[in-house]
Amino acid sequence: MSTELNLTLQIWRQDGPLDDGHFETYSAAGISEDMSFLEMLDIVNEGLIQDGKVPIEFDHDCREGICGTCSLMINGQAHGQEKATTTCQLHMRKFNDGETIVVEPFRARAFPVVRDLVVDRSAFDRIIEAGGYISVNTGAASDANLTPVPKEASDTSFDAAACIGCGACVAACPNSAAQLFTSAKLGHLNLIPQGQSQRFERTESMVETMESFFGSCTNHGECHEACPKEISLDFIAFMNRDYVKAKVKNRKLAGQT
Amino acid sequence: MTVLDSKIPEGPIGEKWENHKFSVKLVNPNNKRRFEIIVIGTGLAGASAAASLSELGYRVKVFTFHDSPRRAHSIAAQGGINAAKNYTNDGDSVHRLFYDTVKGGDYRSREANVHRLAEVSVNIIDQAAAQGVPFAREYGGLLDNRSFGGAQVSRTFYARGQTGQQLLLGAYQALAKQITAGSVELHTRTELLDVVLKDGRACGVVTRDLVSGEVRSHSSHAVVLATGGYGNVYYLSTNAMACNVTAAWRAHRKGAFFANACYTQIHPTCIPASDEFQSKLTLMSESLRNDGRIWVPEAFDEARPPDQIPESDRDYYLERKYPAFGNLVPRDVASRNSKTVVDQGKGVGPIKNGVYLDFGAVIERDGEEVVRSKYGNLFDMYERITGENPYKVPMRIYPATHYTMGGVWVDYNLMTTIPGCYAIGEANFSDHGANRLGASALMQGLADGYFVLPYTIGDDLAGRLGEAPVSTDDPVFVEAEAAVKSQVDRFLSIGGTRSVDWFHRELGKIVWDYIGMERTKEGLEKALSEIPALEEEFWKDLRLPGSAATLNSGLEKAGRVADFFELAKLMARDALDREESCGGHFRAEHQTEEGEAKRDDENFAHVAAWEWNGSGSVQTRHKEELTFENVALTQRSYK
Repeated sequence: MSTELNLTLQIWRQDGPLDDGHFETYSAAGISEDMSFLEMLDIVNEGLIQDGKVPIEFDHDCREGICGTCSLMINGQAHGQEKATTTCQLHMRKFNDGETIVVEPFRARAFPVVRDLVVDRSAFDRIIEAGGYISVNTGAASDANLTPVPKEASDTSFDAAACIGCGACVAACPNSAAQLFTSAKLGHLNLIPQGQSQRFERTESMVETMESFFGSCTNHGECHEACPKEISLDFIAFMNRDYVKAKVKNRKLAGQT
Repeated sequence: MTVLDSKIPEGPIGEKWENHKFSVKLVNPNNKRRFEIIVIGTGLAGASAAASLSELGYRVKVFTFHDSPRRAHSIAAQGGINAAKNYTNDGDSVHRLFYDTVKGGDYRSREANVHRLAEVSVNIIDQAAAQGVPFAREYGGLLDNRSFGGAQVSRTFYARGQTGQQLLLGAYQALAKQITAGSVELHTRTELLDVVLKDGRACGVVTRDLVSGEVRSHSSHAVVLATGGYGNVYYLSTNAMACNVTAAWRAHRKGAFFANACYTQIHPTCIPASDEFQSKLTLMSESLRNDGRIWVPEAFDEARPPDQIPESDRDYYLERKYPAFGNLVPRDVASRNSKTVVDQGKGVGPIKNGVYLDFGAVIERDGEEVVRSKYGNLFDMYERITGENPYKVPMRIYPATHYTMGGVWVDYNLMTTIPGCYAIGEANFSDHGANRLGASALMQGLADGYFVLPYTIGDDLAGRLGEAPVSTDDPVFVEAEAAVKSQVDRFLSIGGTRSVDWFHRELGKIVWDYIGMERTKEGLEKALSEIPALEEEFWKDLRLPGSAATLNSGLEKAGRVADFFELAKLMARDALDREESCGGHFRAEHQTEEGEAKRDDENFAHVAAWEWNGSGSVQTRHKEELTFENVALTQRSYK
């Protein structure tokens, strides 16, 4: 049988966005090392319900590392210490018996706490709505093979498109900047032929929407370290270059200020 | 007596959709803005429908219980999406995709719908590529295809192991474009809790804001349910934690017939549960069976680790029973055989609940590097979850519920039996019959959303020009809101001793044991006595701390589990009445001498659509007879 762990948890509790919030200490005993981190929280919640207490709210859904719903700062690291892994795929065998684990929500001004460990990441949707798409109405597309995409461009575009929109990059950044998220979508769309006609309009609009919500990038690189999909910092460089170009190319604005 | 009109168009199979597109009524472009449409769900079907309808000019409100439309469980589909493009020049055609889908569905789907699906499959690929979906490409820059799920042609388009994610992001981005254009109103963290009818027509919905608890009515000219399948009735499944039947079920309670509830699909290659607190099961791509060999020890009490069990003490049961197909037999056959050996007590792993999927032979033959290049991601995922290195120790696998073919009954226009209410994607029953082929779920969700509903919805709306939406102050909304609030209050006031999860887990065990991979008359009758008993206990002994005025995920789950109880009873009844085996529905009493599913085409070549008769009574079973004019009915054999 697998090893069992006895753990102490310090978990952030907060009733709502306006509440101050505080840590509470819980013990989690007899936790199987084969459990996922979220299953461990399920057990803690089951215990709270048995005691008539209000369970801890946390975001989660697919539990297979692809939907981007789960979050959590675990011992100060977004999605915990394991590289390239979301919280839902983090397993308890990565922890030691007797350990104290500190669990907090993703913290950023643009991600207000909804309740306990749940935060509101809708600022990400606002960035996508600012231009993170290719304007092609249903039915208007020509045959897919009419537009060849060089394999290298397609593969690099995919590397960017792998972003799951979880927000770990923002949570890990000392400035709460969203450059990695924004540049991942720009990298996805700006590197392929289909995305060219709106490339510079898209870049300017998304970057400026991003800046209205999030902090500025000062090249710490923490975002890439925390990213469960290991999105490359190179995309931030691509984005910055396209943004400068966009400011020149978007001539509708030239001479107007 | 039949009350079901499937509205299948006249004409030869290849002309039905074209004829229909010409005969449906159109709404003038300038008049479309006068119609409001509510779309529930933002997965592939919902997001693509909401985006496409708003592009046409309709005013659309879209709702999701997630924090963002990008989270829906379509995102987790790994393998790919089929389309009859014939880019590989290997003889594929619309007719072949149609034929394979009808046959794969074990002759329990509607021919006309399936043919339409095959026809529009090619448009989906064009649309997605234009949106920037990064499909796999060849060195020449053109799209790559692979053969998938035993298909004899390479018609599957894919995006690494993340096809669902990339297609969903394409649809989500199309939706974002329309939100920016101001023609879609997005409501996140909002759940549908009732469909509202006035004079027999759908006129809107009642929703609950999951953060503030606010219960609110929204009125519209049409309601579209794009709310996915009901696999979570089993508790353990490959579905995401929040997947549920609530929207479909509440529509059922208001008059939408629910069809073929017993058609559920089990996927053979999932990672077995590690203990009883496991919350969900993880699927690994079926492609693993191309190279892995499945076996269990010969001895019941085998205690040796797998590498010390000699060949002579191993039973490669699929290779033994099905020499021609071996480890590549279809999903349902592989799954049932796993269950048989585990039930016999030959299961492997700490709690003897799996079978070995062994890559030893292929690693010895081709080397570890070759195996890594093919399956590296899957092996890493397996190791992350189990802590075992599959290059050294055989994987352990076991089947899990993956997809539900049954769902809300719809006609050819995708309208339910409630006029003005539609169901699209996995939420409806229409295209997969009794069994879905691999890489066909993404195809169907997007076909319905991009290319079918936007045409067919006009047929009903055109005649209603000038009708204002029903006011949300109307008594029908007031009553529906009151009913929703009273159910919420009831959950919070029970004050019992057991959590929602406990009830869900117990329900799941019954459904898995008796309405799972293999069903018997005796087992189904047992389910029909055990489920109501547990349901009664649920309503008496539920403990739900917290309030209705804040985020309360226990409260969300309680409503969903309450609906799962009612659904589970229908599944049992549907399975009991269907005295045959077909596709995912295997009745042990009805099998061939080879142990294969034995259909009864004479008596059961029909859709069973169930009509709600109120809480206390059993639903009425209606039949939609299926006719097969283009595909000959045959018996499957994999020997």
